[in-house]
Amino acid sequence: MNNWSWSYVGEIMPDILRGLWITVQATFYGSLVSFALGLVWALALRAPSRWVTWPVSIFVEFVRNTPLLVQLFFLFFVLPGWGLTFAPLTTGVIGLGLHYSTYTSEVYRAGIDGVPPGQWEAATALSLPRRRIWIAVILPQAFRRVVPALGNYVIAMFKDTPLLAGITVADMLFQANSISATTFDYLEPITVVGVLFVVISYPTSLLLRALERRLVR
Amino acid sequence: MSADSNPPKDRTDEPSAPAKSAAGTELIRFDKVTKRFGGHTVLDSLDFTVSSGKHVTLIGPSGSGKTTILRLLMTLLTPDEGTIRVGGEYLTHEEKGGKLVPAGEKHTREIRKKIGMVFQQFNLFPNMKVLRNITEAPVHVLGMSKDAAEERARDLLELVGLTEHLDKYPTQLSGGQQQRVAIARALAMRPQVLLLDEVTSALDPELVAGVLDVLRDIAHTTDITMLCVTHEMNFARDISDDVLMFDAGRVIESGAPEKIFSEPEQERTREFLSAVL
Amino acid sequence: MTGALWGLFFEGLWITIQLMVYSAALAAAVAFGIGLSRTSRFWIVRFLSGVYVEFFRGTSALVLMFWLFFALPLLGWQLVGIWAGTLALGLSYGAYGSEIVRGAVQAVAPAQREAAVALSFTPWQRLTKVILPQAVPEMMPPFNNLLIELLKGTALASLLSIGELTFQAKLARLSTGQSAQIYGIILVLYFLVAFVLTRIMRVLERRAKASIGRAVPRGEGWFSRKLPVEQQGPEALATGGKP
Repeated sequence: MNNWSWSYVGEIMPDILRGLWITVQATFYGSLVSFALGLVWALALRAPSRWVTWPVSIFVEFVRNTPLLVQLFFLFFVLPGWGLTFAPLTTGVIGLGLHYSTYTSEVYRAGIDGVPPGQWEAATALSLPRRRIWIAVILPQAFRRVVPALGNYVIAMFKDTPLLAGITVADMLFQANSISATTFDYLEPITVVGVLFVVISYPTSLLLRALERRLVR
Repeated sequence: MSADSNPPKDRTDEPSAPAKSAAGTELIRFDKVTKRFGGHTVLDSLDFTVSSGKHVTLIGPSGSGKTTILRLLMTLLTPDEGTIRVGGEYLTHEEKGGKLVPAGEKHTREIRKKIGMVFQQFNLFPNMKVLRNITEAPVHVLGMSKDAAEERARDLLELVGLTEHLDKYPTQLSGGQQQRVAIARALAMRPQVLLLDEVTSALDPELVAGVLDVLRDIAHTTDITMLCVTHEMNFARDISDDVLMFDAGRVIESGAPEKIFSEPEQERTREFLSAVL
Repeated sequence: MTGALWGLFFEGLWITIQLMVYSAALAAAVAFGIGLSRTSRFWIVRFLSGVYVEFFRGTSALVLMFWLFFALPLLGWQLVGIWAGTLALGLSYGAYGSEIVRGAVQAVAPAQREAAVALSFTPWQRLTKVILPQAVPEMMPPFNNLLIELLKGTALASLLSIGELTFQAKLARLSTGQSAQIYGIILVLYFLVAFVLTRIMRVLERRAKASIGRAVPRGEGWFSRKLPVEQQGPEALATGGKP
């Protein structure tokens, strides 16, 4: 039994905030990867040929239905054997981005499907070229539905970044762990990290809800 | 039956005598009932009574508060002011130490058992087959045995002409059939009062007659009190003992159907009737 | 791959499944308890259950697991690894599940409640006879998603050195060094479990819907798990105090 010590919290804060910075970077770059790859999957799944849609769909389902942590281990231990050596953070960003791209692809799909067919018909009736229909009619309408959903996956990704500690990325959890390993006092470091996650993700989700209300009218 | 004719009663008055089953005694009484939605007053200090065994129809333009009356009686809404009594007992109030206080759920439920309701949208339970829709409440609310409840349900299904459908789910029935099941379900509780809330409005025109025939049958062969909101003026003329014309939260005219439909006194009633007939 | 390694994997898989079943049971209890509390008539009940949901959805399941395993003992409570894992997964996935329960209950037409009032059902009867039988089939597809997420979450327990599948893979990698094969195999094992779970949930959904007289369209796609992009996604759930 030990007691909460604020001075200990003060001592460990710099290390934890350094971990937070890594966490934020992983989330940011991971999001960019997932936004881009997700769009690739979404468009590939609309391809006319089964030779494209089937392999992509199997790959997407496989990645989506297996644990991120194991995927991270796979990338971390297997890629170097194939001559691809990255910094742990880079591997983590690839893993996060790849895993979440299988979710964002669904967001894009739903966003595009959600535009009423009448919009296609109306735009076609005006003889707009196909490219113009996408840019001026479909995507702006899909955008409103897509942005809040993507934002939610960014928050989810943020909360999954501690998994990167498993592949030695020095994120918040990793920092908390290594502090505790020397002091043998886990209470403050892990509590602070847990609370920081709530303190960051809850206001962010409130912002997203506000954004969603503005976008989805 | 009277509307707006009895003087406003003080709320601390003795409650009227307990209900008797004999026809002609007062069964429903609204005293200075006011209901507002936001800033909009739907019912404005409304007084009216319905005697036991009578069939009363409420007519009037939409938004005049007719449906609100039914929903207040069913305790789906609570009045902002005033009291409602059913069979002499307060519906949403209880007397404690000589004072009227808002009633608990239990009290309200006891009084509510005297009232049955048929809804515009039928509201059958989609998770239960027809027979169980009818027996569920008698078994679990009134404590009837399952066998007795099923026997009664079969009788009622015969009354509404749907015996062969008792093993179907509501979604497998037409709107008119669903509404007849809903009538049977309400009657299975042996209510003293049956509230009918625009029961044919959601039906395709060709299905209306079947439902109205069932209701006519019930009106003419039982002594159940009916309070009915409808746009079917012929049906209203057929079954009603009294018709109340509503406008802007008040009863502006009331009387026997022959009088209201053929020689209304109020200009507003004439306008309304010429618009709907 | 030797037989001994396969033995290791199946031992790990068995613990993974146990961990998943225990966590799912806890999560289901939390989901219904908290989810129904959020529809309570009393604001304090709604408020407290809302705080629970926001807290456990807001934090990271892995950090929670570490806290329960490493920090809680310092407060005088020592938990065996598998129970720390179960508790962390059950509490956090229960918070997500509670939003599914709340959403499905609130999606039952208000007229159904009114009809139940008109038949003088007690509030408990209204819930158990009318509301839940209609709401539960609607919960099945999002619960399926949550169960798969939970299955994936069990891998986190390997970081507490609980001998589930991912941990056994780590041991196997250390002893053989064949990373690609080992992680490839256990990814496939996870995928197969997810596939079977999805099939089972589809059958359950079909049964539940049939029992209330509704047909379920045959699943589209070969995996046929629908992602909660719009209806039950956090954004739909998040609209806080709306009745």
